[in-house]
Amino acid sequence: MSWLSKVRNSLSSLAKRDTPDNLWMKCPSCGEMLYAKDFEANLSVCPRCEHHGRIGAQARFEQILDPGFTVLPTPRVAENPLNFRDTKKYPDRLKAARAANPYPDALTNAIGTIEGIKAVLGVQDFKFMGGSMGMAVGETFVAGVERAIAEKCGYVICTAAGGARMQEGILSLMQMPKTTVATRRLAAAGLPYIVVLTDPTTGGVTASFAMLGDVQIAEPGALIGFAGQRVIQDTIREKLPDGFQRAEYLHDHGMVDMVVHRKDLKTTLATLLGYLNRKEVA
Amino acid sequence: MISFLEFEKPIAALEARIAELRATASDSDLDIESEIAKLEKKSAAMLTSTYARLSPWQKTQVARHPQRPHFLDYVKLAFTDFVPLGGDRLYGEDQAIIGGLARLDGRKVMLIGHEKGHDTATRIKHNFGMGKPEGYRKAIRLMEMASKFGLPVVTLVDTSGAFPGVEAEERGQAEAIARSTEACLALQVPMVAAIVGEGGSGGAVALASANKVLMLEHAVYSVISPEGASSILWRTPDKAADAATAMKVTAQDLLGLNVIDAVVPEPTGGAHRDPVATARALADAIGSELAGLEGKSSAELLNQREERFLAIGSL
Repeated sequence: MSWLSKVRNSLSSLAKRDTPDNLWMKCPSCGEMLYAKDFEANLSVCPRCEHHGRIGAQARFEQILDPGFTVLPTPRVAENPLNFRDTKKYPDRLKAARAANPYPDALTNAIGTIEGIKAVLGVQDFKFMGGSMGMAVGETFVAGVERAIAEKCGYVICTAAGGARMQEGILSLMQMPKTTVATRRLAAAGLPYIVVLTDPTTGGVTASFAMLGDVQIAEPGALIGFAGQRVIQDTIREKLPDGFQRAEYLHDHGMVDMVVHRKDLKTTLATLLGYLNRKEVA
Repeated sequence: MISFLEFEKPIAALEARIAELRATASDSDLDIESEIAKLEKKSAAMLTSTYARLSPWQKTQVARHPQRPHFLDYVKLAFTDFVPLGGDRLYGEDQAIIGGLARLDGRKVMLIGHEKGHDTATRIKHNFGMGKPEGYRKAIRLMEMASKFGLPVVTLVDTSGAFPGVEAEERGQAEAIARSTEACLALQVPMVAAIVGEGGSGGAVALASANKVLMLEHAVYSVISPEGASSILWRTPDKAADAATAMKVTAQDLLGLNVIDAVVPEPTGGAHRDPVATARALADAIGSELAGLEGKSSAELLNQREERFLAIGSL
């Protein structure tokens, strides 16, 4: 024990300060030390390198919807119909994810207004089992679209997912056509469907509802693709192009309408909904 | 000459013994003849009992058997008057997904499916049945044409998955798959899909969002390959057999989960041991599903297809 520690331990006021670990954080992109509260106040975007951090449903609702929005209940679905177990039982994984997250599954809807324009907003949370799409996500998507049809307003979704939830096997794959039925019904009702692709959006989610928007927005730097980069690397056995599967790359290849900075997202959505809504609902 | 799978080794040994005896029995040696007959009976019984209780992982191997009949075999054996139609009118012609006009026992259909190829040259030509965006966009074009001319759509699904490559991503693989699924759901005509080999993930569902979905007895259909699930969930490539069991990939499992409508029986020892009989059974099964859908209005067909998928997962 050094003399400094001895002195420190003898002074109770200096002994082990009770500082939360998350007061400071390191930007995952540029490594800059950031004061967590400042980072959050900056919409979880690094002020130095503009890296857009991953955010959950609650933060997203607050950033996009006007105050006074209502979070909609997540529909209940059959749980673990395959009785799936890998190294852990699926219900145990679900329980752990629910304990660590505010909402019961990876997609949550809220209804409110965006700069005064009514909309239903769905947000996928990557922290909940990688945002993966199982029956709960499929059913929540359908419920969000049905609510939008009932309210005669648009449906906006912020996607974030590794893909389908493997623990639900084929039933997760079947959510691809299921969510597509919903987007078709929204289209038949003449209502706008806007997709905001956030980091990361891959696999079966990209290959279904995440690519079917009337307008496709991507957040800067977001990883967006069908196949995983490691799988592609193993197939082609050569270096992937710079910026491959990033938002800007998709924009260059005509796969998204625009790449929008998080600070401009709310206004952009309001502008688009203003144009696409047949009659503006205040 | 049938190539044997790992789990068929005891049968392969018997067959080798039979062949050996045949070679020695040049003169009509009655003892050897009766021995051969005995062994043949034993081999047939072993084949029947092995195939009656294949594990999900063994079924996966049967579904991927290099001699299993593929799309072009079924075109010859189950359909007539095939007129292939090529290209997506946007970028190119993808031979991993083939489509065209065909007749099934006289009935006019639009036939679309994955082709894996059967030797090195054809496997490369067909990209091992892994479709690219232009393949899915060709399928969309043909489905829209089928709607326009009132032709029922029949798809034969057999892919390990859509192609994971740089150019496929650049040209919008995800969007092409999503739009192909949407095109299935938008059809004004009946659609019957049959999983004849591997139904691999989004690349399969893009051609299988149909009114009726059939599966051959030893075909598999899953959200990810057992190897992929093993490496992601178990973090080792060695748990593919466990993953196949856990994910419930077999036709029998999926019938129980109401994901498919019927299982088409295969000859003893799998489709590759009798492609003609398999094609006949497949043609009959597809024909009877089409007959059941004929006479329904487009609204009824659309609605039945939508409700079928909306029901999966809702309590």
